[in-house]
Amino acid sequence: MRHIISLLMENEAGTLSRVAGLFSARGYNIESLNVAPTEDPTLSRMTLVTIGSDEVIEQITKQLNKLIEVVKIIDLTEGDHIERELMLVKVKAIGDGRDEIKRLTDIFRGSIIDVTDKSYTIELTGTSSKLDAFLETIGQGIILETIRTGASGLGRGDRMLKL
Amino acid sequence: MTEELTGAEITIRCLQEEGVEYIFGYPGGAVLFIYDELFKQDKVKHILVRHEQAALHAADGYARSSHKVGVALVTSGPGVTNAVTGIATAYMDSIPLVIISGQVPTAAIGQDAFQEVDTVGITRPCVKHNFLVKDITELAATIKKAFFIASSGRPGPVLVDIPKDVTQQKTHFSYPNSIHMRSYNPVTNGNTKQIKKAAELILSAKRPMFYSGGGVILDNAAGVLTELVQLLDYPCTNTLMGLGGFPATDKHSVGMLGMHGTYEANMSMQYCDVLIAVGARFDDRVIGNPKHFYSEDRKIIHIDIDPSSISKRVKVDIPIVGSVSQVLKELIKLIKASKEKTDAIALKEWWKQINLWRERDCLKYDRSSRVIKPQMVIEKLYAITKGDAFITSDVGQHQMWAAQFYPFDKPRRWINSGGLGTMGFGLPSAMGVQFANPTGTVACITGEASIQMCIQELSTCKQYQLPLKIINLNNRYMGMVRQWQEFFHGNRYSESYMDALPDFVKLAESYGHVGMKIEKPGDIEGALKDAFKLKKRLVFLDFITDQTENVFPMVPGGKGLSEMILV
Ligand SMILES: Cc1cc2nc3c(=O)[nH]c(=O)nc-3n(C[C@H](O)[C@H](O)[C@H](O)COP(=O)(O)OP(=O)(O)OC[C@H]3O[C@@H](n4cnc5c(N)ncnc54)[C@H](O)[C@@H]3O)c2cc1C
Ligand SMILES: Cc1ncc(C[n+]2csc(CCOP(=O)(O)OP(=O)(O)O)c2C)c(N)n1
Ligand SMILES: [Mg+2]
Repeated sequence: MRHIISLLMENEAGTLSRVAGLFSARGYNIESLNVAPTEDPTLSRMTLVTIGSDEVIEQITKQLNKLIEVVKIIDLTEGDHIERELMLVKVKAIGDGRDEIKRLTDIFRGSIIDVTDKSYTIELTGTSSKLDAFLETIGQGIILETIRTGASGLGRGDRMLKL
Repeated sequence: MTEELTGAEITIRCLQEEGVEYIFGYPGGAVLFIYDELFKQDKVKHILVRHEQAALHAADGYARSSHKVGVALVTSGPGVTNAVTGIATAYMDSIPLVIISGQVPTAAIGQDAFQEVDTVGITRPCVKHNFLVKDITELAATIKKAFFIASSGRPGPVLVDIPKDVTQQKTHFSYPNSIHMRSYNPVTNGNTKQIKKAAELILSAKRPMFYSGGGVILDNAAGVLTELVQLLDYPCTNTLMGLGGFPATDKHSVGMLGMHGTYEANMSMQYCDVLIAVGARFDDRVIGNPKHFYSEDRKIIHIDIDPSSISKRVKVDIPIVGSVSQVLKELIKLIKASKEKTDAIALKEWWKQINLWRERDCLKYDRSSRVIKPQMVIEKLYAITKGDAFITSDVGQHQMWAAQFYPFDKPRRWINSGGLGTMGFGLPSAMGVQFANPTGTVACITGEASIQMCIQELSTCKQYQLPLKIINLNNRYMGMVRQWQEFFHGNRYSESYMDALPDFVKLAESYGHVGMKIEKPGDIEGALKDAFKLKKRLVFLDFITDQTENVFPMVPGGKGLSEMILV
């Protein structure tokens, strides 16, 4: 199962490598990972997406909690949550294709943020599966470059990861 | 206003504040200022080893035998890389250590400077935590944190890497009395509801079994565990790391379990209906093939301070996160107060079954052999030391025989590398044990291969007059490797013969110690007696033992606990 795990950790040098090292040392999957400081600059928040059986996910959370610099953890996928990922896609845009791409971008509520005579760069946010769907819809053939941030998320309502 | 001290002074002052008696180390460029400060004081005594691996093992032996934090000091680069084996050894067995390492000056970090390694990076996977101190104002608090982290929760080694310029700079010194870390709050008190559920399950058992491990030793919980087991009249087995956590000569003890555990321990483990796991982590050397282990139906209670030890390899029914001693005390209270009693009839049947298993006499060996049987050496060692010695061990067959034939009644007497299985551990850890227990009798049981991995420490032993007794079970083979080759690789003894061995007697003598070579079973006792009479001398006893002897029982890899190879 795919899980989105969110961590609050001390904003210190080396914390990221402890998390990354843990995953590689224990053979856990990382689908994506992102991290940035929070409104409290002494803390950073990391979101990572991983895939594993219930037992593996249980071990992952326990092992993450064991890292000395990790303050708190939440497995977002265990309850109500909102998930967002940002993607930028540069696509070939020539001739009639230009309109078609614009139309699809609108349907997915993306926006074209850069235009050249041969290409569009599209910005799109949503759940990771929505981004996957967009890529599938426009088709591999015209994609020049993509970059994705990996999923981020928050619990809904009172579900919070806070000190 | 507090005084201004250099980083080096602060380092030593912190160690003094922590009440550190001994620091095991080896100097070098990056730690010269720290060594200079060591020189100027005499509260913290520095023990100069001959190799950094030994510094770590000595600090480790000191910690294991004393319940204090062991401390080591090494220089940057090769000092650290030499220490890594020792750090990993302590990590695998959850031993509290603080390691101070020198680092190149902050400005040189990342420049491939002379004797620079990424110490924090290299040691990250084998420490509980590590720090690089770039700012001298954080030095004292960091050392405080290091001691706190190392010794609390599930203990482990913590490394503090200090760049040379930081040891030279000055700042005001004050040592914090206590430390709070918002990100680190190990649980000690078990959940009351869970403990209650456990008590009920324990009392309802028909074929109960206690399985106790290193956590009992680490938490000084041997007394409480013993009280509970005796109160219930249930059987108890210990892991290799748990030996001494429950007295081996008590009638409730079924001995060690696992790959080389006793028949009765492994059978009871397999066929019990309620298993109470106490500070033990269901290691692969302990339960054998997990599928086979699951094939019998049993309920499991697991008490461990580290949540990640629980349900890692074996799913449990009642997990209890907490310190062994606290949880066991609660259990004793509940059980004493309970109206329910243990099932006397079922228990009687269970003991009957266990006694039948005991009759299999799984540790028998040929006592009339004309070559020395290693088991006999250990039995005689037990008799002569009245079972009251501190025994360290290296890794191999001799380690298993030591575990099987020296019944430990007290905790912290059996000092060995279980998790990493580090050859070379025996001698240096014995040094640390002797420093922690200056009047104690300390023997190191080793093999001719293992002892050569840290043999240089005979020199350290001479310098500090450590009267260790080294019991070398010399079978001219890496016996444990040879045994596997005999059983599983068609007797092809690939590279496991120890050729070109030194004359250990002369070797010991050249270091200024006493050496003895013993070749006949009839001479074992006399030699041991003579050796232990030499209270002030290190004696190296080279026992020429049976080359073909194997360790039994043995659960082969991939097999289940009840599928032992027996003699
Ligand atoms: C050649 C060789 C052969 C071996 N054969 C065997 C064998 O036959 N049988 C055997 O048993 N082992 C054997 N071992 C050792 C084995 O590899 C493991 O090291 C050992 O079984 C682990 O012991 P343990 O489960 O007690 O765990 P330890 O490694 O001692 O771990 C202790 C556990 O207690 C917990 N703990 C720590 N402090 C506390 C506290 N305060 N409160 C609660 N819990 C706490 C920890 O979180 C951890 O889970 C062998 C090793 C070698 C080298
Ligand atoms: C540093 C290290 N290298 C290799 C091994 C693998 N190993 C385990 S036991 C053993 C042989 C030990 O031989 P010896 O010390 O003579 O003990 P014996 O088994 O003969 O009693 C070896 C090589 C190890 N445990 N540690
Ligand atoms: Mg040998």
